[in-house]
Amino acid sequence: MTNPSEMLATINGQAVALEQIPRHDLATFQRIVLRETAHGQRVASYFGTASGNPGGIDVFMVLANDANSELNLLSSRIEGDSFPAMTPDCNQLHLFEREIAEQYGLRPEGHPWLKPVRYQASWRPGHDAWNRPEGQPIIPGSGDFYRVEGDEIHEVAVGPVHAGIIEPGHFRFQCHGEHVYHLEIALGYQHRGIEQAMVSQPVKRALHYAETLAGDTTIGHATAHCQLIEALSGCKKTVRAQSLRSIALELERLANHIGDLGALSGDIGFLPTAAYCGRIRGDFLNMTAVLCGNRFGRGMLRPGGTGYDLDAARINDLRTRLDQGEKDAANAIELFFDAPSVLARLEGKGILPAEICHTLGIVGPAARAAGLQRDVRHDQPSGIYRFVQLPLSTWDSADVFARAYVRWLEIRHSIAFIREQLQALPAGSIQAPTGPLKPGHLAVSLIEGWRGELCHVALTGEQGRIQRYKITDPSFHNWAGLAYAMRDQQISDFPLLNKSFNLSYCGHDL
Amino acid sequence: MFNIFIHLVLLLVMPPLLLGVINKTKALFAGRKGPPVLQLYFDLIKLARKGVVISQTTTWIFVGAPVITLVGIVMAGFLVPLGPFHAPVAFTGDLILFAYLLAIGRFFTTAAALDTGSAFEGMGAAREVTFACLSEPALFFALLVLAKMSGSLVLSDLLHAPLAVGSQGAAASLVLVAIGMFILLLAENSRIPVDDPNTHLELTMIHEVMVLDHSGPLLGLILYGASIKLFVLSAVLLHILFPFQSGSVPLDWGLFIVEMLVVAVGVGVVESVMARLQMRHVPYLLVAAILFCAFGFVLLVR
Repeated sequence: MTNPSEMLATINGQAVALEQIPRHDLATFQRIVLRETAHGQRVASYFGTASGNPGGIDVFMVLANDANSELNLLSSRIEGDSFPAMTPDCNQLHLFEREIAEQYGLRPEGHPWLKPVRYQASWRPGHDAWNRPEGQPIIPGSGDFYRVEGDEIHEVAVGPVHAGIIEPGHFRFQCHGEHVYHLEIALGYQHRGIEQAMVSQPVKRALHYAETLAGDTTIGHATAHCQLIEALSGCKKTVRAQSLRSIALELERLANHIGDLGALSGDIGFLPTAAYCGRIRGDFLNMTAVLCGNRFGRGMLRPGGTGYDLDAARINDLRTRLDQGEKDAANAIELFFDAPSVLARLEGKGILPAEICHTLGIVGPAARAAGLQRDVRHDQPSGIYRFVQLPLSTWDSADVFARAYVRWLEIRHSIAFIREQLQALPAGSIQAPTGPLKPGHLAVSLIEGWRGELCHVALTGEQGRIQRYKITDPSFHNWAGLAYAMRDQQISDFPLLNKSFNLSYCGHDL
Repeated sequence: MFNIFIHLVLLLVMPPLLLGVINKTKALFAGRKGPPVLQLYFDLIKLARKGVVISQTTTWIFVGAPVITLVGIVMAGFLVPLGPFHAPVAFTGDLILFAYLLAIGRFFTTAAALDTGSAFEGMGAAREVTFACLSEPALFFALLVLAKMSGSLVLSDLLHAPLAVGSQGAAASLVLVAIGMFILLLAENSRIPVDDPNTHLELTMIHEVMVLDHSGPLLGLILYGASIKLFVLSAVLLHILFPFQSGSVPLDWGLFIVEMLVVAVGVGVVESVMARLQMRHVPYLLVAAILFCAFGFVLLVR
């Protein structure tokens, strides 16, 4: 059990007063974190904030105890320009520590691979973890990459400009012929400064930043954001709003999962499923448009509830479309999983074993494909998911096939869930009033987006204004998983593996 | 003279149509409308009117390769008889020239790819050459079967062997050779399951990645040459698949065109119903092609 003097236990979507969060000296803080992560707690978020006394940086840790459905909070303070890194003992912190190094110019001593995350300038002028000259532009992807030495080793650099219409990212392969020894991924090309923008903007505009943070996860991020604002303002949203939100969230999952299966099919040159799934994805996007008038769900979410309601006619329309969509998707996807040439291409490729998923803190379908029972809707439920249980979809082969098959399982569960919600949509209003944000509070909001756990954390100051807004997209956890899965694979399989994770560049770059 | 004229016209004009038919077949299977059957003709006209961007690091090889490849494959087309008619050029041992006209095109395409110094193109060139090592023996075994059957080393005669022999004893080896040659057709023309002509993923490409840096008329020459290669190899395959002759000249030409389109539809169907092989397994398929052709030979000489 949690010792209250060490960590504060709270739940998803609840605000706690800042002074309740135990504050330790750095050594104790690190000792607790390392002990708890070794005992199976997961790092949901770890971030610094300069909002306290000048001169030092406060750091906050959000640990997810999935077995007890609780979140544990603790904090500490880093004085000076460096701190001992925890990454060597707790690998899932590797990117979080690099992020703190980049944002606040604090050097994690002993970090095995200390490179910038997003190639942004430090938020604390005069402090830079790499002693780069101030005022000079930082070019994304610059700096050294991990190299394998040898006569016949060659390096293949892909991106940031790609042949298809995808986001920019740089991939550096160390190869021997077709064999890949190591892949290093450099991102940051899409850094827009969303975390800072969330702080300086009025709350109303922040919603639109959340919606456009990662275009394919509009509903996911907007829900996480709204849930956070509601927690901080003490708003009780209605059951009908919660139900409508979950319908939108599952529709987003459906559209993206179907699109992913189609894209996987396209990558291996299996045309029928690629073409059909492209269209069926559009059908599901259109269902979101029936809900709120926008195919990607913009405008659907509002702090306190939803922007749109469903009437009986549109519920019927949605149910008809859902039935048709389910039939079409089943036809296209079963064809895919029934073709031997497809299975030969997917099975045994890009294995990301369960123990590595634990080590790296992998979330979402990628973790469930390795047999991990990790799903926010199940472990840290909020909204309607507290009342309606969705079956966990897991598989255990941890390869490209598993990641594809878990998506197909989730597609079926999500359709059943939406149907259930539409059948008995709770009555009532869709909007509850939100008051001003409570001053001096912190809230954590977790949502299972289609890619995995979305984590939004906000901290309010004395006037009730947001002082620090921390966003963790599932891609932030999972990019390292892709790099790991690529080891000892064929370089020609990289697009297939990449698609099986289908991670977000802008969600990572923020 | 009339037949030679028709041979040249078909060789130079018909090939882009085959790719149009393949793409249309694939589109129908996928429930799409697909591009017009004549799309490649439009593309070639468009490319011919465009400018060319040439990297400063390249040499004459980069510009020369598409021309040499095209000339090579057109010359190979002169040696192959279409349908029951004789080829415009025929001499003893021309099958060797045929094989190496294909090879010289490959040599210059890969050389031009290496000329750019790009990591992708080098990778594509390596794959192309590796797979060629296996497809060439398959081609020779196939031709060997036909040479043995006809007792001639002239392409015009040996490709007509199935037509002339037509005996019960040769049927089994012809079936095996036909399978081997069909695999060869898919591999040589970078079709699924060996390569994916539609992919935009440079890391998985074989043929497409080698020509990434070519643009405008040079790219047009490459696409045109690739379609002629498909035409020529399909013409070779047709001799084994459909050894029929009506006797009437116009009817035979019409029959040839229809057979050609049937092969294109067949390629389209194969591409539609199966996924691409993983790169590592492509050699297995090509070895299978060698074995089919080799067993065909064994059956014949037994």
